[in-house]
Amino acid sequence: MTTFSNQSLMRNKYYNWIIKNLFSSWVNSLMTVVAIIFIYEVGTFFLNWAIFGADFRTNFQGEIISDRTLCSKNIMPGEYGACWAIIYARWDQFMYGFYPIEQVWRVNFVYALLPLAIIGILFDKLPYRKYFIYFTFIYPFLAYFMLYGGPGLSVVGTNKWGGLLVTLFLGVTGIGLAFPLSIILALGRRSKMPIVKSLCVVFIEFIRGVPLITLLFTANVMLPLFLPDGVNPDNLLRALVAVTLFQSAYMAEAIRGGLQAIPRGQIEAAQSLGLNYWQTTRKIILPQALKIAIPPIVNTCIGLFKDTSLVLIIGLFDLLGIGRAALADMTWTKLYYEVYVFISLVFFIFCFGMSRYSLYLEKKLKTDNS
Amino acid sequence: MEQVIQLEKVNKWYDDFHVLKDIDLSVQRGQKIVVCGPSGSGKSTMIRCINRLEAHQKGQIVVHGTELTNDLKNIDMIRKNVGMVFQQFNLFPHLSVIDNISLAPIWVKKMPKKEAEDIAMSYLEKVKIPEQAQKFPGQLSGGQQQRVAIARSLAMNPDIMLFDEPTSALDPEMIKEVLDVMIQLAEEGMTMLVVTHEMGFAKTVADQMIFMDEGRIIEQATPDEFFNNPKSDRTKLFLSQILNH
Repeated sequence: MTTFSNQSLMRNKYYNWIIKNLFSSWVNSLMTVVAIIFIYEVGTFFLNWAIFGADFRTNFQGEIISDRTLCSKNIMPGEYGACWAIIYARWDQFMYGFYPIEQVWRVNFVYALLPLAIIGILFDKLPYRKYFIYFTFIYPFLAYFMLYGGPGLSVVGTNKWGGLLVTLFLGVTGIGLAFPLSIILALGRRSKMPIVKSLCVVFIEFIRGVPLITLLFTANVMLPLFLPDGVNPDNLLRALVAVTLFQSAYMAEAIRGGLQAIPRGQIEAAQSLGLNYWQTTRKIILPQALKIAIPPIVNTCIGLFKDTSLVLIIGLFDLLGIGRAALADMTWTKLYYEVYVFISLVFFIFCFGMSRYSLYLEKKLKTDNS
Repeated sequence: MEQVIQLEKVNKWYDDFHVLKDIDLSVQRGQKIVVCGPSGSGKSTMIRCINRLEAHQKGQIVVHGTELTNDLKNIDMIRKNVGMVFQQFNLFPHLSVIDNISLAPIWVKKMPKKEAEDIAMSYLEKVKIPEQAQKFPGQLSGGQQQRVAIARSLAMNPDIMLFDEPTSALDPEMIKEVLDVMIQLAEEGMTMLVVTHEMGFAKTVADQMIFMDEGRIIEQATPDEFFNNPKSDRTKLFLSQILNH
């Protein structure tokens, strides 16, 4: 008896919610119906294409798909399902670029340790966090050694790197290097020392006033001019310099917004206690400013992560570049949708992850402090 | 008596606006001086000049025999010995109460964390809120926050305390708890320079009253003299306005 009334109560609750929010007026009802039809049509179409009617490794006759002519949609008129075999066939390239296949374990090793290197920064209540942070500082050197090679490991030139490896290398390293640089720039821009201040302003405004593609071209063509003869940094390093400078300018502006939101009284209180400029900055100003600046900072990080795909223009094969290379191959050509959807999905996973983390952080810091 | 603060012909301008005009003031060790005056009279600016939160442009300010100039070393040294309490408390919202208080001893005096926290607790007991140690400033009432701010200043063991309208931002029912702490501090012999409109407090505590208007010290006298027999008309007007409402 009670269960029954509980159930009907629950049903009532949902019923009321639906009436109130979806069918409150005839306009609302109409929009609800149209939206449901739209979502249903698009959703079923997409799911049929991507999953139910798709070929993975084999076509509808059960043959292993080794080139595009074997895809069901190219055999059966009327079939339109995706042909994911191209992703299978090119999987190694998507993940590692042209990295020698027998050395790929080194990349996998670096991939596997990446979460361990980041987790200490992301979660401040992590047990043994100190050791994770130590590892964060060791990781870049370890990763570089593993990827590039050196004593005991064969050298794999960066011209062989590609796919997700290049995307992550530029994204993670770019963000990692830009962060400290951007803090210095943001503080410099508010400095009372006129030369420091104008240097920072000129740098930030110049970088922000130039498209990333231009910076990439500039780094590619002009960087060697500024360096002594014989020093010839490879393409990936040039791209990394451009990406880092670009990101640091944007992040600096995000941080400056946070700095401006700190009331003058905070600085005065710190000064009146005898704290010097750096102590005040480190202990009082930055913790508060960075907290305020989290959403715009993450925003620039997501932007940068996506913008790394522009490096295909200077001849690097990031995820998108590898995808386009796969499409240029006569064996697989014309499978545009599969390639672009897959690439989008990979970018989406990383960017959505960053976005969710920023929300989590905002929520956490809010409850901590008030 | 030992002279701890000396202002001589101090002048300050904000662009064209002349905020402080030929201020002369001398404070002896242990003295409690209450500064009052209408808003915009320069009283806050004057005490903010004493620990160099504001720079003066003309004249001389000497604290503990050290003249305040642009020399950062001198400024840091003076700030270590001069505590300041603000109208808006200015607690650090991202730090717990105990961290607010132990921060400066740890970083400025290089004290071990444990020792600094012990000192912080002892000052929290002094301002009668040791149970709030682990909370964040946003969780405290205004009166409690201001008492934490006083404890934070005292933890640096200053020999001069500057108060810049410490009760002006408080709800009326919280003013007393802050003034009680200040009275206790005065009784212990702290040198205090207090900008306030709390005339009851002034009568209880002050050795000297100073009335400022339009950037000048108009009148300086003992509380008895000041309240019962003010010399200048502006002081009389001000007192009648402030005491009758």
